Amino acid sequence: MNGDSSIGGGGTAISARQLTRKFGDKVAVDHIDLDIPSGRIYGFLGPNGSGKSTTLRMLCGMLLPSEGHAEVFGLSVVKDAEAIRRRLGYMPQKFSLWEDLTCDENLRFIADLYGLEGDVEARIAAARGTYNLDELRRQRAGTMSGGQKQRLALAAATLHEPELLLLDEPTSAVDPQSRRDFWDGLFQLADAGATILVSTHYMDEAERCHGLAILAEGRLVAEGTPRALMNGVEADIYEIEGADGSEAPKLVRALPWVHGVTQLGIRLRVLVKRGENDAESRLRALLAQHGIAGSIARTTASLEDVFVVATRPDKRGH
Amino acid sequence: MATNRARASLRRLFAVATKEVRQLSRDRVTFGMIVGVPMLQIVLFGYAINFDVRNLATVVQDEANTSMSREFIAQLKATQVVHVSYTTNSSDELARLMREGRASMAVVIPKDFERRLQSDTRPVVQILVDGSQPSLAGVAGGIAAMPVLARHGQGPYAGGKRMTPRRIEIRTLYNPEKRTAVQIVPALIGVILSMTMVLFTSGAIVRERERGNLELLIATPLGRLELMVGKLLPYVVIGLIQTTLIMIVGSALFNVPVVGNLANLYAATLMFIAATLGLGLFVSTLAQTQFQAFQLAFVTLLPSILLSGFMFPFEGMPVVAQWIAQVLPLTHFNVIIRGIMLRGADLPEVWPQLAKLAVFLTVMLAIAVARFKKRLD
Repeated sequence: MNGDSSIGGGGTAISARQLTRKFGDKVAVDHIDLDIPSGRIYGFLGPNGSGKSTTLRMLCGMLLPSEGHAEVFGLSVVKDAEAIRRRLGYMPQKFSLWEDLTCDENLRFIADLYGLEGDVEARIAAARGTYNLDELRRQRAGTMSGGQKQRLALAAATLHEPELLLLDEPTSAVDPQSRRDFWDGLFQLADAGATILVSTHYMDEAERCHGLAILAEGRLVAEGTPRALMNGVEADIYEIEGADGSEAPKLVRALPWVHGVTQLGIRLRVLVKRGENDAESRLRALLAQHGIAGSIARTTASLEDVFVVATRPDKRGH
Repeated sequence: MATNRARASLRRLFAVATKEVRQLSRDRVTFGMIVGVPMLQIVLFGYAINFDVRNLATVVQDEANTSMSREFIAQLKATQVVHVSYTTNSSDELARLMREGRASMAVVIPKDFERRLQSDTRPVVQILVDGSQPSLAGVAGGIAAMPVLARHGQGPYAGGKRMTPRRIEIRTLYNPEKRTAVQIVPALIGVILSMTMVLFTSGAIVRERERGNLELLIATPLGRLELMVGKLLPYVVIGLIQTTLIMIVGSALFNVPVVGNLANLYAATLMFIAATLGLGLFVSTLAQTQFQAFQLAFVTLLPSILLSGFMFPFEGMPVVAQWIAQVLPLTHFNVIIRGIMLRGADLPEVWPQLAKLAVFLTVMLAIAVARFKKRLD
């Protein structure tokens, strides 16, 4: 990794040009361009319905693009879907292993489907060890907790050592500690050379990715490393402290040059249009005018700020 | 290379079959249905559906009262269709018994019974049947068709030398006692298999779709045909188990014989099971939910039961119904199974029907595989 702006990595694992998917009149994915380097963790950040799952499904050949095309390992997702499938691990958003089978039976089934060679039992045992499943060997998946299911699902998705791992909101039903463990696992896989494409709506997870694409209503609205995105945010961020419980949020939000206001405890986070002159003094004047006490300080952008700015309605065009 | 690929393909196929068996063995309701449905059906159908009429309360007015007339009455009794409840010398009493419904049939033997038998052109015997009971009218026809009672008493009776019992008995080939169970049980194998096989498999693909497993399955290298055949394999075995069960129960409860060769019977049944499973798979690719799949399964089941010749004679149906029946596997299987089980037919004798089942299976499987895309859209 070379600093802030480059995602780094090897060659290109995934490339998409004008990738589009429509369901009837609804455009789920709207002319997306992607270049995802191999050996990196790349995140899709976006709210529900932003086209994350549809994009992932097109990349593993499950949905046909309505327009445009995409290549995985240089192979067409339409024509060479079967060849791609052997080199790909996919973990759907919903737990998709068999709930009436045990941990071992599920893994064994997956091993057979991918035609794992050599000592299959040893590989399953290794996967069990990696994902802390040894105590669950004979437990049916349906009786497992969210975190246990997710470990099992990841073990199944990585059992055949895929070069590319597509994870669709893998941590949505998982407690914070399991999430942390899960991400440690992802970094190990990436270090071992796998490319990982993960969709999420958690900012903290998105921030851990090497590269990030922000999706809103099917469009790619921002892309880059988390750091570059935060540095390049088209807003100046101010924090007003001590003005909680007052009219301040309403007043500030009404200003035409303010992108958004977020309340964080006693602080108000104000996103001001980038380059707006004297924003700080004008905010201070506004508060004074209404007799609201509070201190104002400029601060650095967070990923959430990037997200708010990038998904602003007036940014979405059409 | 080619053998490696075939081995990998077989491995995937058997992995699917193994998974299916595991899931089945853990699904108690389905598991119970495998044994429960055939048992229930055979007992219900075997006892409840009764096409034959037996032990009809009959009043006999024997005006001749000769050895020959008495022998005739004995022959009637021997058919077991007739149970002589009353004998009378009075026409009035006979009419009264009929009117009151205490007798469903009356047999009147005239005084000149023997003379009529020899030469007369007049009816030898008069049989009165209670026409208000629909099933009895047929019996009248049956008995009237007995040569001895024909208007022109020909044959052995014409000479009047000897009463030939052979001429009076109601003799039905292959089912001498004319018991419905003998007709029903072989056909029940087909009906029960149609019911359970289509029902089980129609849900097979849909269940994976409903539970979200399909999304994972189609992301793997598992082929469409591997998935289909792997899913069917366990049900083939289940079908054969059910067939065995029906034959055992049929033999134990209803004395239904298996005249033909067992290997032939299983071979033909295997073909039918495969055809029915193909139909189930096809239904499976049409439905989006298990509920839809079950509804569709019943849609295919009803014509099978009604038009296949299981319930009603095939010959009496309108032409259009006969065409539809030709498409149904059960129609052909009924011919095959009755042939093998009751008449001891060999496979070559039922080969046209077997060929039709094979065509049906091929078409269904082809449509199912073509319809099942490894995609979500």
